[in-house]
Amino acid sequence: MAEHPAVAAHHQFDDLEQQLDASTLGMWVFLVTEIMFFGGLFTAYAVYRSAYPEAFAEGSHHLDLTLGGLNTVVLIGSSLTMALAVRCAQLGSNRGAANYMIATLILGLVFLVVKAFEYHHKYVEGLIPGPNFVFDSPHARHIELMFCFYFAMTGMHALHMVVGAGLLIYFILQARANRYSPEYYGPVEVMGLYWHFVDIVWIFLFPLLYLIGHR
Amino acid sequence: MSTVSEPIAGTKVHYLNADYGIKSWLLTTDHKRIALLYLAGITFFFFIGGAFAVLMRLELVTPQGDMMQPETYNKMFTMHGVMMIFFFLIPSIPAVLGNFLVPMMIGARDLAFPKINLLSWYIAMIGGAFTLYAVVAGGVDTGWTFYTPYSSTYSNTHVIATAVGVFISGFSSILTGLNFIVTIHKMRAPGMTWFRLPLFIWAHYATSIIQVLGTPVVAITILLVGLERGFNIGIFDPELGGDPILFQHLFWFYSHPAVYIMILPGMGVISELVTCFARKKIFGYAFVAGSSVAIAVLGFLVWGHHMFVSGQSVYSGMVFSVLSFLVAIPSAIKVFNWTATLYKGSIVYMTPMLYAFGFIGLFTIGGLTGLFLATLAVDVHVHDTYFVVAHFHYIMVGGAIMAYLGGIHYWWPKISGKLYPEGWARLSAGILFIGFNLTFFPQFILGYLGMPRRYHAYPEEFQVLNVMSSAGASILGVGYLIPMIYLVWSMRYGRPSPPNPWGSAGLEWKTPSPPPTFNFDKTPVITEDPYIYSHDEEVEVG
Amino acid sequence: MTHHVEPRKVYFGIFAALMVLTALTVLVAMFDLGRFNIVVALSIACAKAFLVVMFFMHLRFAKPLTQVMVAGGLLWLVILLSGTITDYISRGWLGIVPGW
Repeated sequence: MAEHPAVAAHHQFDDLEQQLDASTLGMWVFLVTEIMFFGGLFTAYAVYRSAYPEAFAEGSHHLDLTLGGLNTVVLIGSSLTMALAVRCAQLGSNRGAANYMIATLILGLVFLVVKAFEYHHKYVEGLIPGPNFVFDSPHARHIELMFCFYFAMTGMHALHMVVGAGLLIYFILQARANRYSPEYYGPVEVMGLYWHFVDIVWIFLFPLLYLIGHR
Repeated sequence: MSTVSEPIAGTKVHYLNADYGIKSWLLTTDHKRIALLYLAGITFFFFIGGAFAVLMRLELVTPQGDMMQPETYNKMFTMHGVMMIFFFLIPSIPAVLGNFLVPMMIGARDLAFPKINLLSWYIAMIGGAFTLYAVVAGGVDTGWTFYTPYSSTYSNTHVIATAVGVFISGFSSILTGLNFIVTIHKMRAPGMTWFRLPLFIWAHYATSIIQVLGTPVVAITILLVGLERGFNIGIFDPELGGDPILFQHLFWFYSHPAVYIMILPGMGVISELVTCFARKKIFGYAFVAGSSVAIAVLGFLVWGHHMFVSGQSVYSGMVFSVLSFLVAIPSAIKVFNWTATLYKGSIVYMTPMLYAFGFIGLFTIGGLTGLFLATLAVDVHVHDTYFVVAHFHYIMVGGAIMAYLGGIHYWWPKISGKLYPEGWARLSAGILFIGFNLTFFPQFILGYLGMPRRYHAYPEEFQVLNVMSSAGASILGVGYLIPMIYLVWSMRYGRPSPPNPWGSAGLEWKTPSPPPTFNFDKTPVITEDPYIYSHDEEVEVG
Repeated sequence: MTHHVEPRKVYFGIFAALMVLTALTVLVAMFDLGRFNIVVALSIACAKAFLVVMFFMHLRFAKPLTQVMVAGGLLWLVILLSGTITDYISRGWLGIVPGW
């Protein structure tokens, strides 16, 4: 194949098949660690939400459902483009892979910008936990706790998005340099796994933070 | 590697002389060189942690708090714990011996992800640097457990820097575990089936599972403490309705299994030593292998036994108590199987075997006293006393460090290509054993009599036992220094080692000492079970 | 190498299903189902996650080993959750109101 340069496996592997297997397994094991990382937060959330259901519902009503819903759509859309990018890489289309990853990156950035607007709103409304937190309610302290979760969970998620965006830029450049082929597309596949995982975290954060109690 | 210097004619090329210069070490992706980088790093942290122990034992020679302020003493035990646990014990066997041996024992050229392996060392060192900064800047006094709300609200020491250090070093541990899991699954040589793997590999596989599943939980927990201190994200803040006991749940979910991160690789080492120096096949291979995995799994179900007197529900306490007893089963299987392996073996009393004997005895004492502590009613009496301190030092020092030193001696000819001086080594193994028991056995009695841990002063009637303990600690210190000296000495002046000085059946001994960069000249094909020894084979050196 | 390449329409189909489920979860949140609010919300989220994992992340076609790893990760999350939550649930059983 003239279009794709021949790729040799790294020295520790026997062939590219073993290399792909190992890197995919490695990413899945890493995602298992991520499950446990967010798992700690979810456990804490479960304990407090069952202890203070009213406060969590009341706090939740101060989150912007429209922006949250918009971000859900944006992020799931970015997962779609990422999946299509992996498919292009599998078929040997570096161009397609690069373009779909650019789309993924743009959607990811849209998500982060929307998130930034939401954070700014919370700041203006005095909903940042700490001495400046103001909330007129008998549950004010517990609502502050709810906002601690809001910022810890969405902040941790956004951090993963930022890391993902940085990685995407690297893989876009690689695809544009024609690095991938049907024999060697593992890195794009692994990037996809990470991105989809971050999407899944949001799939849980959205109902747990924005949709508590009926509105 | 464009700048490989030509080796001098006549000398064999191996991983140590394949390339020279500081850069060839700091940018290496060779698992064997990374193992040596880890060895240097953790030895440094070990002596820092040890220095704090020396200061504590000095303070405790007299009943009065006459050497340091109570606050200073709090910092001493905290930094001793943080340094020893996060920066020495957790990486000790996996990152040094495991890194060196896992690829060699399964017949691979390297770990699956050599660059990530190097990265993990840098991460560990950066984490260590943050913690060292905290030490130098004035220390931290929360105890290595960082219990909230003291750590998040009230302590005015350098909690954040320490927490950041521990958080960062956690990623090093995760990456090592991840690398081992993928390597053991995907990189085994032809014919190396799961039930032909050395037990060292099984133990490291089990350890890696814990590292991968447990470490992220403590990472997020420590991060939340940092966020609470720095940014008012008060997840554990009682002011907001947060529960400090929740911190303990999340913390011990990792930190109890972390004990098995320290001891399981040690058990793997002991399985290798016992078979080699008893010249016998391991008794009950499948059970020893399976018990490693069982310990890893059960280890995750018992964390609540650290919280019996914390305000945790009594019913939870009962469940955790029962589950804690279960861990004794796979641990006992191991001890019994080692003993059965020794039975009618041709035992050779070389230094590594002395450490193995030390391990079996001390681990048994440490493990059995763990059962006392897992009993709800007894725990109420001895909780937070020196009984607990003695118990976990029997596991971590008497167990993990004995195994670590035994392993270092056993594989030293492979690592350095040189033999260590046997006479000095036996002497220091003896000194360590005596020093260790003199240090920590009195602490069982002190704890049973009611002396609480983490105090700089104590009633006068406890002085005799405390002086014994301090005297033992100084003997222990000498025991650590001697190997340090003669191992470094042997690197230059030791007799060159043959490829297999112990007549071991292990795959790692079938390649020259020190091994070539890619371990084997051609990928080995494995055709038989591990530990095939016969009685008439002799140990070559002695 | 023979790796499974998913037809493009499968991905679009999954995307459509995820959109429908997102709309559904928002819609259901408008009604008060009492304690079932959380059950329904989490069930829908699990369904969405399942679709992403199986189709976008190709777990359907992954090696059994990978599937076991993922199952193991989820099992450990359940261990963490259940071990912690049972403490909180059972704290009141002796009639002592938790003081935190």
